[in-house]
Amino acid sequence: MALVATLASRNLFQDRLRFVATLIGIVFSVVLVMVQMGLYLGFGRMVTTMIDHAPADLWVVAHGTNSFEDLSLLDAQMRDRLLAVKGVAAAVPVVIGFSGWRLPGGGMTPVFVVGSDPNAGGLAPWNIVAGSAQALTGAGAVAIDKTYYDRLGVSGIGAKTEIRGQPAQVEAVTGGIRSFTTTPYVFADLDAARSYIGLPSNKVSHFLVRLKPGADLRQVQSGIRSAVPGIDVLTPQEFRQRSRSFWLFGTGAGAALFAGALLGVIVGTVIVAQTLYSSTKDHLYEFATLRAIGCSKRYLYSVIILQALINAVLGFAVAAAIGLAVVAASAGTSLPIVITPLLMGALLGLTVAMCVGSAIAAISRIVRLEPMMVMAR
Amino acid sequence: MTQPIIAANNVSKTLGAGAGQVHALNHVDLSLNGGNLTMLMGPSGSGKTTLLSILGGMLTPSEGKVQICGVPTEGASAEQLAEIRRRHIGFVFQTFHLFPTLTAAENVQLALDLRGERGAGARARTREVLTRVDLARKAAAFPRELSGGEQQRVAIARAIVADPAAILADEPTAALDGANGQEIMSILAAIAKEPHRAVLVVTHDTRLTGFADRTLRIEDGALLPEEPSSGNVYRMRSNA
Repeated sequence: MALVATLASRNLFQDRLRFVATLIGIVFSVVLVMVQMGLYLGFGRMVTTMIDHAPADLWVVAHGTNSFEDLSLLDAQMRDRLLAVKGVAAAVPVVIGFSGWRLPGGGMTPVFVVGSDPNAGGLAPWNIVAGSAQALTGAGAVAIDKTYYDRLGVSGIGAKTEIRGQPAQVEAVTGGIRSFTTTPYVFADLDAARSYIGLPSNKVSHFLVRLKPGADLRQVQSGIRSAVPGIDVLTPQEFRQRSRSFWLFGTGAGAALFAGALLGVIVGTVIVAQTLYSSTKDHLYEFATLRAIGCSKRYLYSVIILQALINAVLGFAVAAAIGLAVVAASAGTSLPIVITPLLMGALLGLTVAMCVGSAIAAISRIVRLEPMMVMAR
Repeated sequence: MTQPIIAANNVSKTLGAGAGQVHALNHVDLSLNGGNLTMLMGPSGSGKTTLLSILGGMLTPSEGKVQICGVPTEGASAEQLAEIRRRHIGFVFQTFHLFPTLTAAENVQLALDLRGERGAGARARTREVLTRVDLARKAAAFPRELSGGEQQRVAIARAIVADPAAILADEPTAALDGANGQEIMSILAAIAKEPHRAVLVVTHDTRLTGFADRTLRIEDGALLPEEPSSGNVYRMRSNA
């Protein structure tokens, strides 16, 4: 180990209590930022889960629709005009809406109904663990997620109930299709879904547009906009961005998550700055001795910055382990925390920046150091 | 004529301002030459440490000029002064100022590390100087495990490891008992025998004057007229 690193690390570890307190501060800070950002990513993924799994090249939605869950409506007859646009192979209607699921003991619980024709390549449930999506074409057949069994009072395939007074029977069960609103999704075919949410047959929520082979996406998008004014035609990526923007920033949820993360950074910076400063103050005569025997400022700074880096790396290692445990613990919840390699890398960079930035106070203390002070002692 | 290793010409230093202003040094002329141990004596507050600090490039004079190995300190920035100290001066302090978290060898090697000298060569040089001060066997000891005399020997090893032209020692025996003080002075006197190196020892201990080739006295910031040395006892002993 280079001598400067030896000096930095031994000075840092000399006061173990202070070192542990610093690490706790960094770990607290990084875990807080990690969880907030993990929630942000998890939330961002959940709000686009339907868009991610829909077999669409383009989404046709009512003008101003802010997300998949937006209940704005389109005329069903629009489908013919969409099919008439050059390059359009299919325009599959999707209906969505809230409804009430009758519980076995009486009473109702809200559900979010998603209706589409699976045989026409509509928005069908995925991750099916029992039954099949094709079974949804039967009258009153629905698919639910197994995580909502208790909530919906069912125990699996064959369970019967009523949705908005209409008979329904569970014919397919999914694993992991959870709603960020905590309201369970219920998949049904188009007509059944209309009856469950009380939607007239001449209305749909969105169209999933698929292109003919070789058709140019942008040209078709432009063609639909010209042929059917007053609607929004979005690529899946555009719809995802719009949905995330609405749910994360339109609702303030994202700002709250970022505020929490910022708080973590501030707390971490203050703690590391305070401990580095106090450590530097304790070793002031050593720094003055270094300066007296001809040490350059750069060498002095490197001692402090190395201490900051040691704090950062060790603190981050502990925080990352805790963060991964939190991710594992949240995997089965309605809002799983998502930590990607990119987020991990960014957090490491943030931790290093936070710790090195915290060294500024300590460095400012030794900038003013007079080597003469070692003579007076 | 050989150029002095450190030369001070008409150096004055004023500390503080206003009513609290102190004239710490008044028109001091001094040259330190290689192969000599110069002892600077004087009562507390006479300006010994201020003069040593100016000669060592830690302070700049208010008036006058100082040259260290031919390099003027006048107008030098703090960073340039640090470089002058790093290249040409080895310091020995009254209270050793060793790094408590580093071993004896690491404390010595640090002076080389500051100069960018690392690796096997630096380690070998460190062993060499620790052997010279008879501390090779305690190379792995931390300062708290060493006696005062041993700590000062480590400090001397640190001062000489990079082979500087001048060793400036500020009361190097003040924190030691008589026997250890004599031993430290013997080592410094031996170092001063090297013709390319000047050693300046600031002390108020008159028992040590026998080690000096030259003794200077300072009072109220002014050097008193130099008297002929009473002789170098150490050298007389070692030549006997």
